[in-house]
Amino acid sequence: MVTNVTSFGRSGLYDWVVQRLTAVYLAVYFVGLLGYMALSPDLDFEQWRDLFSATWMRVASLFALVALCAHAWVGLWTISTDYLTSDLLGSKASVIRFAFQSACVIVMFIYLVWGIQILWGL
Amino acid sequence: MLVSLYRYNPEVDSKPRMQDYEIELPAGKDLMVLDVLELLKRQDPSISYRRSCREGVCGSDGMNISGTNGLACITPVSAATRGGKLVLRPLPGLPVVRDLVVDMGVFYKQFEKIQPFLINSTPAPAIERLQSPEDREKLDGLYECILCACCSTNCPSFWWNPDKFIGPAGLLQAYRFLADSRDTATDARLADLEDPFSVFRCRGIMNCVAVCPKGLNPTRAIGHIRSMLLQRAT
Repeated sequence: MVTNVTSFGRSGLYDWVVQRLTAVYLAVYFVGLLGYMALSPDLDFEQWRDLFSATWMRVASLFALVALCAHAWVGLWTISTDYLTSDLLGSKASVIRFAFQSACVIVMFIYLVWGIQILWGL
Repeated sequence: MLVSLYRYNPEVDSKPRMQDYEIELPAGKDLMVLDVLELLKRQDPSISYRRSCREGVCGSDGMNISGTNGLACITPVSAATRGGKLVLRPLPGLPVVRDLVVDMGVFYKQFEKIQPFLINSTPAPAIERLQSPEDREKLDGLYECILCACCSTNCPSFWWNPDKFIGPAGLLQAYRFLADSRDTATDARLADLEDPFSVFRCRGIMNCVAVCPKGLNPTRAIGHIRSMLLQRAT
């Protein structure tokens, strides 16, 4: 068994399930949103604001935001452990990989908080 | 015909090079790539490659033939020539020992990790462990692997993490023992595969399926392992 402490759930199975489920949810959410836009040709700001101030839409959007962060983390972590390795970068690989992963976490956290602010109009 | 051959002798060369050979092929016959190599070796005895059975059973002469991994002994020249030229390189991603000969150490290490033998904790019967024809059928498409390494060395996930990702060949064999009704170590085997690298580095690229000279499907086996892991954990 290969161990790793920086992956999302420390288990390949867990990460895989999270990535698959969030992918399905994000597909449904964004296809639904695009469908709504396509079916509302006269979409204006008032209607858009009403949609996003409904509690069900806030729940759905917040879940989409969290799902996006989880999905992106699994994907970016995978990319970092594929391409930022000692085979390709030499002895500095661990530092570079950890820095990249840290930057990803910070950016995702900022997007999450910022997204909540926008959603709730705080 | 023009043959471009990867040449590297670490004792003499500072880096690998491609060397071109012009060769007359007998008319009216479609030779195999291995036959061409044998003819070339008569021209230049320093050319190195592995070979043994010359009929696609031993798995010794896996190499990169005009960009696609395959067994030289069962790949016809007509199918492997691009624009009148045949390009032969060693299997990608493994250290080159000399010319087309690669060091398969890391590939075998991954094979060893999955414990490629029956484990059964029950007392051995007097003669043999029996298996129903239905259970035996479950091993079809799995046991035929000849460990030529064509699949694993064509897999980008294996290129990036050859020390951590088991690779398609190893995982096909892992499932061969997971699926065997006579094996009782299923749970321990699955526990060893649950980490983020061993199985889950497979991104479903399916290069393994495209190049397997025996027509096997490691991606399907990996899917079965994932399902077994999921069933065990939920």
